[in-house]
Amino acid sequence: MPRIGDIALVCKSKNAGPFELTIDAVFGDRETFEKVKATGVLGPELFAKLYKVKAEDVLFTVYDAGFAFKATLPRLIPAGDIGDTDVYGAQQHAPLLAVEIPM
Amino acid sequence: MGEYRLLSTSGLLGYGFPEESLAAGMSRSPQMIGVDGGSTDPGPHYLGSGKCLNSRMAMKRDIQLMLRAARSANIPLVIGSCGGAGGEPHLQVVADIVREIAREDNLKFKLALIHSEQDKGWVKKQMRDGKVRALRNVPKLDDATVDRAERIVGMMGPEPFYRALDEGAQVILAGRSSDPAPWAACATRAQLPPAPAWYAGKMLECGATASWPKGHDCLLVDVLEDGIILEPTNPIRKCTPMSVANHSLHENASPVIHQEPGGVLDTTHCTFEAVSDRAVKVSGMEWRPDDVYTVKLEGAELIGYRAITICGTRDPGLIGQFDSFLDSVRENISYKAAAFGVKEDDYTLTFRVFGKNAVMNSREPVVNTQSHELGILVEVLAADQETANAVLAISRTNILHVDFPNRMCKEGNMAFPFSPSDIACGPAYRFSVFHVVEPGDALSRFPIDYENI
Repeated sequence: MPRIGDIALVCKSKNAGPFELTIDAVFGDRETFEKVKATGVLGPELFAKLYKVKAEDVLFTVYDAGFAFKATLPRLIPAGDIGDTDVYGAQQHAPLLAVEIPM
Repeated sequence: MGEYRLLSTSGLLGYGFPEESLAAGMSRSPQMIGVDGGSTDPGPHYLGSGKCLNSRMAMKRDIQLMLRAARSANIPLVIGSCGGAGGEPHLQVVADIVREIAREDNLKFKLALIHSEQDKGWVKKQMRDGKVRALRNVPKLDDATVDRAERIVGMMGPEPFYRALDEGAQVILAGRSSDPAPWAACATRAQLPPAPAWYAGKMLECGATASWPKGHDCLLVDVLEDGIILEPTNPIRKCTPMSVANHSLHENASPVIHQEPGGVLDTTHCTFEAVSDRAVKVSGMEWRPDDVYTVKLEGAELIGYRAITICGTRDPGLIGQFDSFLDSVRENISYKAAAFGVKEDDYTLTFRVFGKNAVMNSREPVVNTQSHELGILVEVLAADQETANAVLAISRTNILHVDFPNRMCKEGNMAFPFSPSDIACGPAYRFSVFHVVEPGDALSRFPIDYENI
């Protein structure tokens, strides 16, 4: 089974303001994007599990115009606060790379 | 059909851009030139400390080129969120640079400075009147938090820019601004509709980031009645429907719903169409004005003073029992710091173990690390620098020398790359205010000073 890291064009994370993290997976063509979408694997529950938050705290958007999926969720610790590990939130995407897509 | 052409030099003032890209952009006769100056992304230190994110030298280089271009074409130069955080000290650094360039280049113009720092008494009054609310995932604001803030800025919309242009300002330097606001102001003032004007601003605030290959470079945008056309000015880059569509993912909670001062930009029904091999037209964006105008507030408070040291281990015996080793180090530090009068409650000691979970902390899914070496960033936060330095120094000694079972590396557990190994980092801050306020009048909270230079 291919993993997102094998089939996505872009997989990235970044702050959406200091209190939220936003994670994107972008696919290179409509065909792959539609196949991934049809599996239903990418959704709020997946991100809730990967990032140990509640599904209702995940703002999930399927972005057809960009062949992309976006999930925005609370940061573990606000950017720059005591114990934060990633001020820009730029290196929190790796768990998504390993997710298998049944296609 | 009306049309307005805007030029952005890069994603942030002081990031630099190729001089040829600016010249190429100016040859297309833009009607304004601008750059975004700031972001909360580099963290709370800049708002709290009053320091600029980028160096004065780098900012001066960018402004000098932009100012010469703007004055020779007689078009406005507009910079939002000056100096990074957009507080008063940041704004004054950039104003000082502009005055210095004007003297050096013998330029004359009307300068507007738009201030964005907010009075704490006013913020508390708005709270009492029920006109302040927290943004998603942010705690509720209280008086004590407002009082502790080093500085609170309001994020202005296009209105103050609009006013400064009406007053004939040729160079506008603003404190904290919504990133797209300077561009949205210029385009709406040219009688273009808010939806394409705001969308243009969303693209321009990042310079050529919406093009491929990405880079710190210039972007030209035409705002039309029914959409916008984007084109990078550097011939090595191009905008494609995908590069532009995907830029809406950048640093936004949603790629389609964008809350801005005064309304929401909805890009759900946008279409992206190549109009050449390097330019893209976007249409179908919508603007929905808010019923009640709101301004975002950003504030930072001091959390203490930080000291750090960096070291690494290559010892397999130690790596195999690293968690219990760190527990033991922590106990020793507690004992020795107490001996010189610093209690455990007086400091926060953090070990960041690179090679294990220093990047993702408790969200790290890998349990059994395979690293043959581990890097440790030892961090101490305390109420003053002297205490932080003292606890850090005793931490460094202990992580180097504390014994552990079956220890073979009897001379020391850690490799320290530097002498001195201990680094005093100075004051550290947190974002403490991240709320929206109903200001009443969109203009009244952002006073403007004018100066004939």
